[in-house]
Amino acid sequence: MNPFAYTRATNQQAAIQAIAQQNAKFIAGGTNLLDLMKEHVEQPARLIDINRLEFTQIVERNGGLRLGALAKNSDTANHRLVRERYPLVTQAILAGASAQLRNAATNGGNLMQRTRCYYFYDTAMPCNKREPDSGCGALEGFSRIHAIFGSSRQCIATHPSDMCVALAALDATVQVEGPQGPRSIPFAEFHRLPGETPQIDTNLQRDELITAIDLPSTGNVFADHSYYLKVRDRASYAFALVSVAAALDIRNGVIQEARVAMGGVAHKPWRATKAESTLKGQRPEENSFRMAAEAEMQSAVGTEHNRFKIELGRRAIVRALTIAASSGRAA
Amino acid sequence: MNLIESVAVRLRVNGTNYGLRLDPRTTLLNLLREKLDLPGTKKGCDHGQCGACTVIIDGRCINSCLALAVIYDGSEITTVEGLAQGDELHPLQTAFVRHEGFQCGYCTSGQLCSAVAMLTEVDHGAASHVTADVRKEGNVVLTDDEIRERMSGNICRCGAYPGIVAAIREVTEGSLISQ
Repeated sequence: MNPFAYTRATNQQAAIQAIAQQNAKFIAGGTNLLDLMKEHVEQPARLIDINRLEFTQIVERNGGLRLGALAKNSDTANHRLVRERYPLVTQAILAGASAQLRNAATNGGNLMQRTRCYYFYDTAMPCNKREPDSGCGALEGFSRIHAIFGSSRQCIATHPSDMCVALAALDATVQVEGPQGPRSIPFAEFHRLPGETPQIDTNLQRDELITAIDLPSTGNVFADHSYYLKVRDRASYAFALVSVAAALDIRNGVIQEARVAMGGVAHKPWRATKAESTLKGQRPEENSFRMAAEAEMQSAVGTEHNRFKIELGRRAIVRALTIAASSGRAA
Repeated sequence: MNLIESVAVRLRVNGTNYGLRLDPRTTLLNLLREKLDLPGTKKGCDHGQCGACTVIIDGRCINSCLALAVIYDGSEITTVEGLAQGDELHPLQTAFVRHEGFQCGYCTSGQLCSAVAMLTEVDHGAASHVTADVRKEGNVVLTDDEIRERMSGNICRCGAYPGIVAAIREVTEGSLISQ
């Protein structure tokens, strides 16, 4: 790992001042950043340790929940109110990584994870995300884990998070602080599609700090009918090939509102809005779920190696909705 | 930047206090093995994928290879060397021996630290990916599926998994662990 200078920030203001220095980066759990530094993919000149800041709490706010940016993933998943009101978030977090990583990783860091595309990690290969305009190893390479929605000629990488898929489905809001003060970023606008600038993962500015993630009070209505389904190459401790966060508000035998988001298929958590609008007003039954899956997957585009994800995505949507409708517990 | 700074770090490891000055690049894993003479914690992949480097910090397991020591200033750390009380092995260590929960032994210190922390987590009622209903709080029934899922961050290339599961099951046998 290259040498770097180290600053331990003791308050928010000091952290934001320190990030103004050239090539500085915040570090919290460090589970992704240190890994990338060992590979020389990330080479910050200075790390600003934000672990002493106060954003570790999970508190009720405006009928919803505020998840501190520095709360650990494991504490968030197992917080009483998260389990009770937003079981989708608990399921998604617990589907990701390992106990060791969830114990170290923070909520803010989860949002800032970088892709696990092997060409991004391999500094001997070209990668437009790691080094703009160097090319893309995946486009003509082995693309089994890559995107089927929203990719560009520059980049077909996917976002690796499970937690973020649930947060996208529930319309969370990201709270950030910067030199100009606080601002809120709707979850759907936090992560970006690659377009011509795949090196930019998110709309967070480099001098801004995530302080919290808000789950809206309206997310509560899905607690009885939500499910996070993750399909991967092994039963545990692997990234998603395809995942689906499904949440239904069912009243009088009719779907009042549906939320569907997918992981492992795009450069950002993919909100399946076509599936959602197809489901609205329908009965929660297999035929409705099939129509929704069909509507969403129609626009998917596969590569030589990941074409299987289109049929897998279709089936995963149907299965996740089926389990969500029947109480959110896998049989 | 030619001058590598050093940062003051205080740690308590297996009951001993250390006051150190460290290059900020030092991972907890390298610190334990190379500076504190505690080589029981093993370096496997060095990328958080194998679990050989697992230690317990403030009661919870983490990968020491992905932990900068400076970040853990003020923490209490337990490594495999700190599990036994003198010559008396931790019950999980005894069970690993009895059930042959290892062959080459390289992953064992990490497996033990994960298992010890996992039992604490279960004691607190924490759900896992295979828990049927995460909304239902209270007792965790530690089935073999639960043990396998909760231990999935520790890889054993000898394939001693049946012995590892049996050892953990024996330590918790017959008891519903309450919240």
